[in-house]
Amino acid sequence: MSAVLFFIAAIGVIAGAIGVVTFSNPFYSVLALVGHLLSLAVLFLLLRAEFVAAAQVVVYAGAVMVLYVFVVAYVGGEEQSLDGTLTRRSRSRGADGRKPTGALFAGVLLVELLIALLGSGLKAVSGDGAPYAPGPTTFGTPAYIGNLLLTRFLLVFEASSLLLLIAAVGGVVLARRRGGLGEDDERDRLTPLDLLRPRGTGTMVEGVEGLALAHARGVGELEDESPAAGGGGW
Amino acid sequence: MSIGWYLAVSAIVFCTGAFGVMTRRNPLVVLLCLELMLNGANLSLIAFSRMWGNGDGQVLAIIVMTVAACEVCIGLGMIVAIHRRRLPIDVDELRELQG
Repeated sequence: MSAVLFFIAAIGVIAGAIGVVTFSNPFYSVLALVGHLLSLAVLFLLLRAEFVAAAQVVVYAGAVMVLYVFVVAYVGGEEQSLDGTLTRRSRSRGADGRKPTGALFAGVLLVELLIALLGSGLKAVSGDGAPYAPGPTTFGTPAYIGNLLLTRFLLVFEASSLLLLIAAVGGVVLARRRGGLGEDDERDRLTPLDLLRPRGTGTMVEGVEGLALAHARGVGELEDESPAAGGGGW
Repeated sequence: MSIGWYLAVSAIVFCTGAFGVMTRRNPLVVLLCLELMLNGANLSLIAFSRMWGNGDGQVLAIIVMTVAACEVCIGLGMIVAIHRRRLPIDVDELRELQG
């Protein structure tokens, strides 16, 4: 049973990986990666890593892939710079030789890894692994992982939390709008909600520019009577 | 299943990802292939963890997933910034740092 499951999941993992590399549309690559990650979670379960498998499905196949899909939808709509549509500049630089060279390097790397694997002196590589007895706090359960993270690997845990904080700040800094708020044409667009809304109710526009300036630009000008001067409906 | 099978799968996934990183030109797909390489490494970490019956490999795999999430955050932020500046989304065209 476990062998059948292993081969099904391994085929899914490898097919997903090949799909990520070969699909020319990045959106299909992301979907192939989701399939790859779900199959990989099955392999993790077969290796008794229950918590890691759950984290893989929730964090990777859930959150990170949703982020990818958003960015692909935002950026990749132009169908530019996909493989098969080489621009003239990159063709003139001899980019056609990239694929065979890359395949050669990857093949050499695979052969080297398999030689290291098959020629390994480790007896345990051909075994089924350490003995395993199911239980509430045995190897791989959330209690076991949490205990390790908060005792033996506490410094690593804190360092990774700091890394996440830095990455979040860096993501905001990298992806923010540049050139100030005034140059963006999206802000001049009026929506029906702007007309229905009483003035001074604390929208982002009023918060950024001040009440008088926002309404001088006509955000709420269709209203008959305005509330008391100064508004202040925050 | 013996541990060697898992390690073989992890080697294949790692090499597929390396091939993608070397050949694809869309930075989004390059990031996806980097994820493939990290996942190959994760699979071997967890296989060795199972081999010794020791949880250190699993903790390391979780840390690798954290680092991968950070990398995705920064990488996608850079791609969005490149797109906002109307630069080509192509790793061959973006070569200002090359000198």
